Amino acid sequence: MANYNLTTPLDEATVRSLNVGDTVSISGRLYTGRDAMHHRIHTGTKPPVDLAGHIIYHCGPVMVKEGDHWKCNAAGPTTSSREEPYQWEVMRDYGIRGVIGKGGMGPKTLDGCAKYGAVYLHAIGGAAQVCAQWIKRVDGVDWMDLGSPEAIWHLWVEDFMTIVTMDAHGKSLHKEIFEESKAKLLALKAS
Amino acid sequence: MSATAQQAEQKAVDPALFETVLELIRRTSTILPDDVVRAIETAHATEEKGSNADVALNIIGCNIGLAKDKSAPICQDTGTILFYIHTPVGYDQLALEEAATEAVREATRIGYLRQNSVDSLTGKNSGDNTGPGSPVFHFHQWRKPHVEIKVMLKGGGCENMNAQYSLPHPDLGGRDLAGVENAILDCVLQAQGQGCGPGILGVCIGGDRGTSYAFAKEQLLRLLDDTNTDPVLGDLEKRIVDKANRSGIGPMGFGGKTTLLACKIGVANRLPASFFVSIAYMCWAYRRRGVEIDAASGAAVGWLY
Ligand code: SF4
Repeated sequence: MANYNLTTPLDEATVRSLNVGDTVSISGRLYTGRDAMHHRIHTGTKPPVDLAGHIIYHCGPVMVKEGDHWKCNAAGPTTSSREEPYQWEVMRDYGIRGVIGKGGMGPKTLDGCAKYGAVYLHAIGGAAQVCAQWIKRVDGVDWMDLGSPEAIWHLWVEDFMTIVTMDAHGKSLHKEIFEESKAKLLALKAS
Repeated sequence: MSATAQQAEQKAVDPALFETVLELIRRTSTILPDDVVRAIETAHATEEKGSNADVALNIIGCNIGLAKDKSAPICQDTGTILFYIHTPVGYDQLALEEAATEAVREATRIGYLRQNSVDSLTGKNSGDNTGPGSPVFHFHQWRKPHVEIKVMLKGGGCENMNAQYSLPHPDLGGRDLAGVENAILDCVLQAQGQGCGPGILGVCIGGDRGTSYAFAKEQLLRLLDDTNTDPVLGDLEKRIVDKANRSGIGPMGFGGKTTLLACKIGVANRLPASFFVSIAYMCWAYRRRGVEIDAASGAAVGWLY
């Protein structure tokens, strides 16, 4: 387990050097994207921003407009598994190097991480206020027609803390812990 | 309804009750109850320093403090809004429901609650947390002179981890305590970190499918450090927490010693033909609070939790 401070955009070699269990603090640009955004990309629309080397944050933030700019009031991660059907495609077609979310993702995404060089970064579920503090600026927004939580927000973050739970070597902490805990609970089973 | 009619209806609600429920919602969404904070701190102390579990609980601790200081929602998912209300005999429950619904609308406008109520057919968000089935009201009468309102905000991530088992079950066992225990622990295994653990379980043994889930959720109104009045259930609660915490799932499913903060189990009678075990999984952002209200004035006379 190691600690890294990384700035987006990320290059493939850096991402491939990360391992499950590593702590990664992200600084720089993050784009939010969740169900409606992934679905729209999946059905053929090109994303409005260049995602190459970037990270998509599974998050529907609470934004308020102050004068002519936006302020983020709450921005914890949302459940990632809903993007399982599409995420690998976004890795393949647009070169994203990672996603931030919660709860982990399945085998398609894990394969995608290994094939295209990407990682799954787990944020702390429910920590809406801490995450909002790491977001220093909101620089823009696209696809507002999807509704504010589903839009693509251009965030600028500093030291956004995550843990690698799926790496580019085919390892998933979620899979490992599931198997280990299953065995432990089996040994403790009541009869 | 026209805008003017709506305004008239808004004005018609009892202003004192409205204010009391609004403050109850603010406190619930922004300040985690003491018993929960204590349980998280105790759990945190057991985790190895520098581990991923430690990192997660550190951030959770910071988040609890920040939300309180900023009077902002602890988690952006402010969940299903569940009211549990006791009123004296003869009290106007409809007036209370109207005032509470209006308070929910106002709390949503202010931002203590997220716009969280979606039409299941059209997908349209009502924008104010009201609509068929939301918020949820459970009314009961009692012979005490005052009104008691408890409210719980239960997020979607953990609600999706709820589970109901029908015993006997080929892998988990029969209609006995061992079968019940194995069913509850299977729910913990399946949930892993996806319910934003460390979690708290409310469990009901028995009932029909509907009442069993409702009663399981009601168990979450108990204090975390209380003792079950039934020693058999008390022992089972302890066993569940102990075994879950030996599973190694840990906070957020990162691995670690804290998988559950507590387990609260109740029983309801069942039909001879059925045996349900229902589990309500609550996340660490365990938001539930209560208030005692003077029936005549609508003012708060005491805060609960
Ligand atoms: S499960 Fe709880 S802590 Fe997690 S996102 Fe939902 S409401 Fe927040």
